[in-house]
Amino acid sequence: MDLIAGIINLDHEQDLLEELTYFRCGAAVPFAGRYRMIDFTISNMTNSRIESVAVFARRKYRSLMDHMEQGKSWDLDRKRGGLFILPPDWNDPTDLSRGDLQHFHNNIDFIRRTLADYIVVSGSQNICSIDYRDVLESHKESGADVTVVYKKVEELQPEHNLAHKLTIDDSGRVMAIHNDHQSNNVYMDMYIIERDYLNQLVENCIAHGCSHLFLDGIKGRLPDIHINAYEHEGSHALINSVESYYRNSRKLLNESEHDELFKEEFPVFTKVKNEAPSQYAYSSNVTNTLVANGCTLEGHVEDSILFRGVKIGKGAVIKNSIIMQRCEIEENAVLENVILDKDCSISSGRTLIGAPEKPFVVAKRKTM
Amino acid sequence: MKNKECVAMLLAGGQGTRLKSLTKKIAKPAVYFGGKYRIIDFPLSNCTNSGIDTVGVLTQYEPLILNNYIGIGSSWDLDRSFGGVSVLPPYMQAEGGGWYSGTANAIYRNIEFLDQYNPEHVLILSGDHIYKMDYNHMLEYHIAAEADATISVIEVPWSEASRFGIMNTNDEGRITEFDEKPEFPLSNLASMGVYIFKWDVLKRYLMEDEEKEGSSHDFGKDIIPALLNDRKKLNAYTFDGYWKDVGTVDSLWEANMDLLKEEPGLNLSDNKWRIYSKNPNQPAQYIAPCATVRNALINEGCRIYGTVDTSVIFYGVHAAQGSVIKDSVIMPNVKIGKNVKIHRAIISEGSVIEDNSVVGDSSPDSQITLVAEEGSVMASSYATIIK
Repeated sequence: MDLIAGIINLDHEQDLLEELTYFRCGAAVPFAGRYRMIDFTISNMTNSRIESVAVFARRKYRSLMDHMEQGKSWDLDRKRGGLFILPPDWNDPTDLSRGDLQHFHNNIDFIRRTLADYIVVSGSQNICSIDYRDVLESHKESGADVTVVYKKVEELQPEHNLAHKLTIDDSGRVMAIHNDHQSNNVYMDMYIIERDYLNQLVENCIAHGCSHLFLDGIKGRLPDIHINAYEHEGSHALINSVESYYRNSRKLLNESEHDELFKEEFPVFTKVKNEAPSQYAYSSNVTNTLVANGCTLEGHVEDSILFRGVKIGKGAVIKNSIIMQRCEIEENAVLENVILDKDCSISSGRTLIGAPEKPFVVAKRKTM
Repeated sequence: MKNKECVAMLLAGGQGTRLKSLTKKIAKPAVYFGGKYRIIDFPLSNCTNSGIDTVGVLTQYEPLILNNYIGIGSSWDLDRSFGGVSVLPPYMQAEGGGWYSGTANAIYRNIEFLDQYNPEHVLILSGDHIYKMDYNHMLEYHIAAEADATISVIEVPWSEASRFGIMNTNDEGRITEFDEKPEFPLSNLASMGVYIFKWDVLKRYLMEDEEKEGSSHDFGKDIIPALLNDRKKLNAYTFDGYWKDVGTVDSLWEANMDLLKEEPGLNLSDNKWRIYSKNPNQPAQYIAPCATVRNALINEGCRIYGTVDTSVIFYGVHAAQGSVIKDSVIMPNVKIGKNVKIHRAIISEGSVIEDNSVVGDSSPDSQITLVAEEGSVMASSYATIIK
């Protein structure tokens, strides 16, 4: 079996989720009731038997480090390899690198020392369930220098504006990478590459003053470089705005969408909180809702997502909302089209209503 | 030599025959409770929360699931470099060996294990009870009283006292007499099966008991009476809180139902006293538009399309449309078909209940129906069940 190592490159991910990314990076945003965005990327790696993962963090990584600890929850507390969270604190006076190449340059030992022959480089904004061993197989068959993963979307959504698209020939070879809104082959910000080739690419990019490994080193070398395209089938969500976060979160209330992301043989791992099962009172009325553990529910909840430890008081009405960890909604409060970040409390009788296409977002620890 | 003030020994070898087919393939301490836990999570979490970080778990009957579950103890934060959790099965020696012949014999055969830690006190626990208890308070009481042994007791209703091991005490809380299941109890202080001994005293009595002809090598029957006989200082420590022996199908069902009461005696959501358990890695539970959920405890990975009323549902349970689950306990990964009716039942792990089945008897005071893994139906029921 070929060994694969993983790099989760958060360097150029922008924090565009408004209140949700004021204090944390996009990768650390809570998602689907009990996870954070990065859990999906790391779990894909763990499930693909990747045992060595580096996270290139640049900004607002406090909550990310708190969440990941030693990587135990993803089975990445390994003697050899394991999880490396690598924030920027670089003190090499001869360092000429710029952009995300700073990360590759200063952490080149991760690439040089790993026993793996291949490296998957991925961002954290594309939520999916993917086996990188299949990507590797396609990569090896194609004989390509790099294999990129893409999703053929039925209809482009606003969040896809920011994503690159691919023009692919019949053999599956990438002819162009661009931002043309006519194309629906959305690049999922993940590629697989041979370790030695990546090492060369990094050195070469730095020597030529590049600042973005993928754009300058890979996209910029077309057509000389052979890029193979791997199509991801199954559910996919690109989350880079509050609107895409809200819409894609609520998509999980659909059973088949949910099942494509949460497969029994491909579990999604996250930090364990040891919460008790959720408690539904006589007065509760909960329908079409995802509920994490540790909740105490006494009110009415529909078409919503409740994270761990949420309390909903008697007579409260929650519709089309996402309520994050440990929020307390007191009696008779009304929330519709609202996203509450962690630790918010809504006092009794309050009403908060957002627009269906633009939810009202309340920042962490707010009391209203 | 490095030493530990107190080491816990958890007796987890019991079969629990009165739990019928629930314990056919697993030891009693591994039986499920409370939507998420196994019974053994309670004593193990109590140890961690009480600051006792060295626990020997004595296994014997059907240990596979229990061993697997305990692992290196990381679920309870008991993976420690000095101490932590150790599973202690019976073993062979140069001069023979064999099964643990009683609770005292099980500890006797692990004297070497205990001596590694050179403890001052040994806490003896059983894996049969649901309760949250700070053993450290009991230890402090034991040390302050300079007792040779301290036995934790709980006040039970007088009418039930004859079902328990009863401690008769004097005004200072010193135990004067121990009555196993007395016909005419003189006190209502029942032993909880939680003992703290001075290790040097216990060790001597274990060695003496081992030599005794006809001894059943049991704490309640042999060790405690021998200590009393020699006028050793035995104190009763009164525990005031929720404590339940879940030794029978009925009491297991009752203890689960206790969690659904308006003011449950056992608070599982106390952040300062978490009950830890192994994490099954399941996504959030989904309550469908057609579902009705009332007065229930539901765990992750469940999908509820039917009606759940006054029930405890473990992880990974799927209840299809039209199904009704009332006054029941549904253990992990049970699949419940369409229009199934389940009343006053315990459905064990991994069972599949086919569409239109009827399980259990809805009349109050009827016997609790147990559906075991093999698909057999216990007690009265009219179900079609296929594993």
